[in-house]
Formats: sequence, structure tokens, C-alpha cells
Amino acid sequence: MQFWGYRRPDGRVGVRNHVLILPTITCATQTAQRVTELVSGTVTFIHQHGCAQVGTDYDQTARTYAGFGMNPNVYGVIVLGLGCETHQAHRIGDEIAKCGKPVETISIQDHGGTLQTIAEVAKIAVRMVQDASMVQRELCDFSELIVGTECGGSDACSGLSANPAVGRTSDMIVEQGGTAILAETTELIGAEHLLAKRAANDQVAKKAYAVIKMMENRSIEMGVDIRTGNPSPGNIEGGLSSLEEKSLGASTKSGTTRLEEVIDYAQQPTKKGLVWMDTPGHDIEQLTGMVAGGAQIVLFTSGRGTPTGSPIAPVIKISTNTPMFDRMNENMDLNAGTIVDGEETVGEVGMRIMDEIKSVSNGKLTKSEILKQHDFGIWRIGPTF
Amino acid sequence: MDEYKTLYLSSKDSVAVALSELPAQADVILKADEYELGITILEPIRFGHKFAVKAIRQGDDIIKYGEVIGAAVTDIPAGAHVHVHNLEGKRGRGDKIAK
Repeated sequence: MQFWGYRRPDGRVGVRNHVLILPTITCATQTAQRVTELVSGTVTFIHQHGCAQVGTDYDQTARTYAGFGMNPNVYGVIVLGLGCETHQAHRIGDEIAKCGKPVETISIQDHGGTLQTIAEVAKIAVRMVQDASMVQRELCDFSELIVGTECGGSDACSGLSANPAVGRTSDMIVEQGGTAILAETTELIGAEHLLAKRAANDQVAKKAYAVIKMMENRSIEMGVDIRTGNPSPGNIEGGLSSLEEKSLGASTKSGTTRLEEVIDYAQQPTKKGLVWMDTPGHDIEQLTGMVAGGAQIVLFTSGRGTPTGSPIAPVIKISTNTPMFDRMNENMDLNAGTIVDGEETVGEVGMRIMDEIKSVSNGKLTKSEILKQHDFGIWRIGPTF
Repeated sequence: MDEYKTLYLSSKDSVAVALSELPAQADVILKADEYELGITILEPIRFGHKFAVKAIRQGDDIIKYGEVIGAAVTDIPAGAHVHVHNLEGKRGRGDKIAK
């Protein structure tokens, strides 16, 4: 299978051609936002990270920023800092520039305030957007795609319809030589033994058990029942009774292929095939981690419904039941409720999702892109100081 | 018997899922892995929610997808609603660790 993509200097292929204004600190997000209102073809995101962070928490946030900028859906990046923050814009900019794409770095303190910075960033953005517009799509092999998978706002149908259908799609992606990311470690608690059995080797199996243990220990150290946070009230309303039940349904998104590796949050996969990224169950944090890891497209199943989208990656949202697909139609792209209705098989829906991946790779816009749903959130693993 | 839609995933399971609204006293027939059984529903079960397909004793594991999804907090008769009021998760239970 092939699709029309944008080839980047590092050899990777994008399905979109954005100019990203990347604020490395919460203080710069409003300024970045103003520029996107002035210059079409630019995207940004609001967040609250980038200062007073240390150690592995600092590293994880830096990796996420850099990975986001390096994602092949991005043509070029303007890294925007305030100036005094711990996540220095020039360091992130230098990291992104290693992949060869256009990168400019600006700080608000160096440019004499908000208005002059807006003018400066906008001028650079105009030039970058015009350069980006001259890049032609070329025919690319499906094996160059990394497809993230996630489920959010799950109900009892998630594990019966949309998740198993995404599992079939995941198998097809792997068969085509591509990469499918399974994430949300929290929502694999109780299903880890099934995934460990599919591990490529002992080391991968050990890492699978290790990330589960670390996640579970966080709730144990806090002295709380994990069910007070996950499954969520909406999951419970939908019929899910425990995290284990949710996990067994969530894990079906992984299909049946071999588990090639378990990678850290926002890390780029080093192998093709099925890869497990260690993320929390929080929808936006896991989405951000997978996109920072290089996913060009994300499949997102939901039973309760969700508007979720990414500033740089198309998110194909798949409903687990027909009533929600009808009720929240402006947010949902595909309906897997037909499986519960007895109208389609899991395999048929899996094939339909695969066709949609191809259309979206070629440029078809998803609902979250049309509605400018630009969610971003980093999984913080340490306190703010 | 076809008026109610249900899903019984494995003959090892102690619960099944309602795929239509089940009223009290509904008689449903469940089939999984060549194994068939009839159950009378004891209380209304909403779409997507679970009911016991056999009597489950307090403390016993509750099985769905052929795997453990938690433990019974009370004795649960066949046909009863199984949810957060009588099923508790066994994983991530920091609240159960003695301080």
C-alpha cells in the first residue's frame, strides 16, 4: 500500500505540512496564539509546562517538545521562549534542528515584549508558510507510517466493537510493514500477562511487567484505590466496573501481532511493528506522547464521545456505539457501533478504518482538524519547584 | 428469546453483558464456546452493564473475557446486576495496604 506524503530532510514522511509555533514555556503560549491568528498555515498549543522542572521530569518534557517539533507532519518550527525559563528555547530548537528542517528560535525578553515579538515571529512565519506551500506530496510506502492507538471515554462496548476493530487495523498496519503504537499503561493493568506472552523476547516481556508495576505502585504509594480515578465516572456509568475490566477491553486495540518493544513516553520507536509506549491513561497526555514519538496519525476509540485532536496530527475518532455516533457526529469520524448492532463484523470495520487511514494520509481532514481541536498535555512525572 | 441482545464472551465467564435494556424477569439464553445456559434476570440491567450468569460467592474472582476483572464484595445470585456496588477491582489498591 502507498500514500501521498511529504518527505522531510531526515527521510521521515509527514501526512500534513504544518508550520509549528512551539512555546517552550507557558508564559509564551498567548503570544504564540496571537501569531496563529495572524498567519494562516501556522499552528500552536496552550500548555502549562516548561519551568521549575528538574531531573527525569525535566528530561521528559524536553523530549516531548523536541519530538513534537521533529514530527514529520511539521515542515518547520519557530521555537518561542520567554527567556528565563528552565526549558531554554534555544536548547529545544537545537535539538529539533538536528533533523534538518527549518527552525528559528525567538525569546520574548530579547525582543522587547509581546508586540514586537508577535511582529517578529509573524514575519518569520509568513516566509516559512510560503516555503512550506511549495513542498509537493510524493508517493510513499505505507511502512513509513507510525499510527498511534488510544481509547478514551470508554464504555462497555469499547472492548467489544471499536477496540477489537482497531486491533484488526493494527494487524493490517504491521502486515504492511508499518508501526502501531499501543499506549496507556494504566489501562493495561490486569492485561499485562496477555501482552507479555506476545513479547519478541524476555527483555521486552520484563519491561512490560516493569512499566505496569511502576504505574500500579504510584497508586499504592499514594494509599488510594486506583478506581477513584480510573475507570472514570463516565466509564462506570457506561457499565465498566473495574480497571481490570477496562484494561482487558483496551488491550484488544493491540491486535494479535508480536510485541516488538516497550518504549518510554515521547520516545521514537526503534522498531517497526507493534510497539508499546509507556503513557498514562489520560487522553491528551498519551496523545501528545505518541505524536512526540513520531506518530503521523492517531486512531482514537470512544464510547462516551470526545472532541480530542492534536495541533499537528490527524486523529481519527471511532465510536463504539451507534447512538453516540449520531449524537456527537461533528466529533466522530467512523462508527464501529455497527458491530454491536449486528450489521458489520470486527474485520469489516477494521478494513474500513484502514481505508480511512489511507484517505487521511492523502489529505482528507478529520473532524478534530476541521474543528481546530489543538489539544496538548505532557505527562509530568515530578513536582514543580 | 431473541428479543433481548446479550453477549456472553467465554464459558469460563461468570458475567455477561446486556446489549439491550433488560427488564426484571426477562428470560435470556446465553451461548459461548458451544455451552448454552438460560438465566432469569432479577433486576433491570441497562445497555452495556453486566449480570451474573451463575451464583458468585463473596470473595470469589469475577471472570469476563475468560480473565479476572475483580472480586465479589457480597454473594451475588445468578441474574443480578454486577457493577461497582458488588464488584471491586484487585489492582492498584493502595487503599488496602496497611500503613
